Amino acid sequence: MSDQKPILEFRDINTHYGAVHILKEVNLAIYPGEMVCLLGGNASGKSTTLKTLLGMVTPTSGEVVLDGEVVNDKPTSYRVERGITMVPENRRLFKRLSVLENLQLGAYLRTDKDGVERDLERIYSMFPRVKERLSQKAGTLSGGEQQMVAMGRALMADPRVLLMDEPSMGLAPSLVRTNFELIQQIHEEGIAIFMVEQNANMALSLADRGWVLQTGRVVLDDTADALLANPELRKSYLGEA
Amino acid sequence: MTTTAELVTKGAFDLDWRKVARLGGLTALGLVFIALAGMPVGLDSRILIEKYLSLGYVSLLWLSLIMGWLMGKETLLEGMTATRKSSRDAVGGACVGALGGLGLAILGLLINTFDLRDPLVNWSPQTLDILTFGGGVGVVVVWIPICAALGAVGGALHLAPPKVAKATIAAILTVLMTAIFATFIVDVVSPLDFLYSKNRELKLGWALVLAAVAVGFVFSGGGQQLARVKADYHNTTGPAKTRQTAALIVVSAAVLIIIPQVAGKITQELMANIGIFLLLALGLNIVVGMAGILDLGYVAFFAVGGYTTAVLTSPNRGEDWPGWFPTLPWWGALMVTVVVASLVGLFIGAPVIRMRGDYLAIVTLGFGEIIRILFLSDWLNGYFNGAQGITNVPPADFGVFEVKGTDPRSVFYLVLVFAALSIYVSWRLEHSRLGRAWMAVREDESVAEAMGINTVNVKLAAFVVGAILASFSGAIFAAKVGSIFPTSFLILVSIIILVIVIVGGMGSILGVIAGSVVLVGILGGPKQPGLLQEFSQYKLLIYGALLVWMMLQRPEGLVPNVRRTRELHQDEFLQDAWLKGQVDTGEEEPAVEGGEVR
Ligand SMILES: Nc1ncnc2c1ncn2[C@@H]1O[C@H](COP(=O)(O)OP(=O)(O)OP(=O)(O)O)[C@@H](O)[C@H]1O
Ligand SMILES: [Mg+2]
Repeated sequence: MSDQKPILEFRDINTHYGAVHILKEVNLAIYPGEMVCLLGGNASGKSTTLKTLLGMVTPTSGEVVLDGEVVNDKPTSYRVERGITMVPENRRLFKRLSVLENLQLGAYLRTDKDGVERDLERIYSMFPRVKERLSQKAGTLSGGEQQMVAMGRALMADPRVLLMDEPSMGLAPSLVRTNFELIQQIHEEGIAIFMVEQNANMALSLADRGWVLQTGRVVLDDTADALLANPELRKSYLGEA
Repeated sequence: MTTTAELVTKGAFDLDWRKVARLGGLTALGLVFIALAGMPVGLDSRILIEKYLSLGYVSLLWLSLIMGWLMGKETLLEGMTATRKSSRDAVGGACVGALGGLGLAILGLLINTFDLRDPLVNWSPQTLDILTFGGGVGVVVVWIPICAALGAVGGALHLAPPKVAKATIAAILTVLMTAIFATFIVDVVSPLDFLYSKNRELKLGWALVLAAVAVGFVFSGGGQQLARVKADYHNTTGPAKTRQTAALIVVSAAVLIIIPQVAGKITQELMANIGIFLLLALGLNIVVGMAGILDLGYVAFFAVGGYTTAVLTSPNRGEDWPGWFPTLPWWGALMVTVVVASLVGLFIGAPVIRMRGDYLAIVTLGFGEIIRILFLSDWLNGYFNGAQGITNVPPADFGVFEVKGTDPRSVFYLVLVFAALSIYVSWRLEHSRLGRAWMAVREDESVAEAMGINTVNVKLAAFVVGAILASFSGAIFAAKVGSIFPTSFLILVSIIILVIVIVGGMGSILGVIAGSVVLVGILGGPKQPGLLQEFSQYKLLIYGALLVWMMLQRPEGLVPNVRRTRELHQDEFLQDAWLKGQVDTGEEEPAVEGGEVR
């Protein structure tokens, strides 16, 4: 991977909400086509990391770098246009809009009509269930279906990097596995995945590399295998005594 | 809804007494409230049926009928036992009515004994007089049998064959409507004059004939045919539907063009007022209904439209305008007005738009007032003449015809053109990329941002489009009224437009049209009379009652936006689906397996 340039990078990022210091000197890099995961306890700043990557939160110091360009003061739309997309925490579909409208909104910034059509077809073949329910209001879908639409909506932006905030949260245990298979499948299409997860075991077994965040600081940064083997991590995150 | 609920038979007096007490108490409270609000006295001079019935008495009679009907109404759910309809329903209705009548009787006796006229203006001999039909105090007790009888009729509607019940309701409504809308009916179709006496009071003989016609219509199956035509239209799809819709639009347009030709001034004036408020409501519908920005100061843009047009066209515009400042014809002023309104929209919108929900509502409320007070202020007196306003706004001159207030028909045609334009624009916007972005922002602003939508710009766009539509309305208003005063732009205007949008069904264009017709046409605008002129002093009371009832019973509005209906009535949908045995509650998802996903 290191022969390539990273798509997205954090260089010594600090973020504040008001006076509260959330992210502290965080460094990250996401390379094309890889799958990485960010672990950490509640309120450690994982969602904030994603929002800062996408530009919905502006860092107080440090640099967010996209394709070698510092994009600190560029709006979210600039980053979405350049292939960064997020599947938000809890899916957050537009509940009163139809499934199709949700998907179309994912492609909001795209101007290539043919490409959008093609991607719609691709999503229909990926999720046949979604195709059956195009005119249904997204809020009336089941949890599993909502997850598919949320991923479909993100894919409609034709991303290079997919940021996923706890994709298995709130899913029935039987669906969690399916869900990870889906993510794997998307990854195999060459899309880089940056995943925030509480389910560390599952996430690490798929990912190439990972970071562990503790109260806003990166405390571990290693390959997934090394993290899986790390005794401290096993203790605190993988539920081993 | 047919259920498998078990039917049980109950004795005539085996009633749910708590429900009787609740509904009876409500009836009594309602009647006392109506009496003390002054409706019986105020509306007594409006005779509906010559010699027999005044609107004042109708205001006291209708409630028992409806409450009696509600008494017999049951909500049936699967597994519950249902009661077989029997004379019990009529008895229940009668009890409810009797309690209501008792309330009125007690009120009469109290008015006779105590004097509370100081806080309650209508605690008066006149009220007592109406309650006793001009007889002695003791006569008030006849309200008990009267209301009981009405309640019994209401309850009995449940056991009558459906056709009989429908025919009864149709007859009552036909007669009442014909009587109440007398002025309007004669204004539109003057030959119908013969139905009424000199003072536009319906003649008893004709009232009976009308009732008979209504009954005949129901029994000949006329209602069903109408319903069938409607259902057919709903079920057609594809090009056939487009054709039918197009035909419908052409026919409505033709009707709208022809009516003012045949109808009199009252109708023309009414239609012009409806149009002016429709334009405003269409604009606010974009802001509130589509983009979800609760703007309570929308009247500001109406005022800006009105004042800009007045300043640019009137010779009386205030002395401090520089000499080079032009005087333009109306359509020239309109162009400038649109630009000014957009700029004001941007100017007000920019700081406000970053706020959310409640804060935004309060701040816009403030801006609405600030704009009016600026026009009123001494500081700008040299430009806008303060409270004197700007008079002598000339008619809008289009060469071939002039639009002026004394010719409401011309105003209506002008409004019609702008309304058609605005409806078209709203409709196109709703299905455009921008419209979709508005809805996304309304649904979930931060996710919309994550999709790459520039939420600030998108919301500003809604604000500006809304401002432009309101300024059209203001410009036409200026030409119509011929003068512009700060008092034409009270906060009440904002509220009434918002009520139109809510009652019509947020985000639904048809709903906004229906809302304008019903509210402005029937009840009237803030200062403009509606069809029910007699009710104008109770206008706000009725608006309020309507809004409350709407929120409780039909939160989706009169003509709902399909999108919202589902969400708001989800429980009922689920219940229906469950009863039909097609459970899909959207909660559990056992069916998604790996195989399906791949
Ligand atoms: N908009 C905000 N304003 C103020 N504080 C915030 C805001 N958003 C998040 N925070 C705070 O920042 C801290 C980090 O939040 P963040 O959402 O990044 O945590 P997280 O790691 O995603 O937690 P979880 O696993 O529970 O989702 C929390 O203490 C939270 O309360
Ligand atoms: Mg989080």
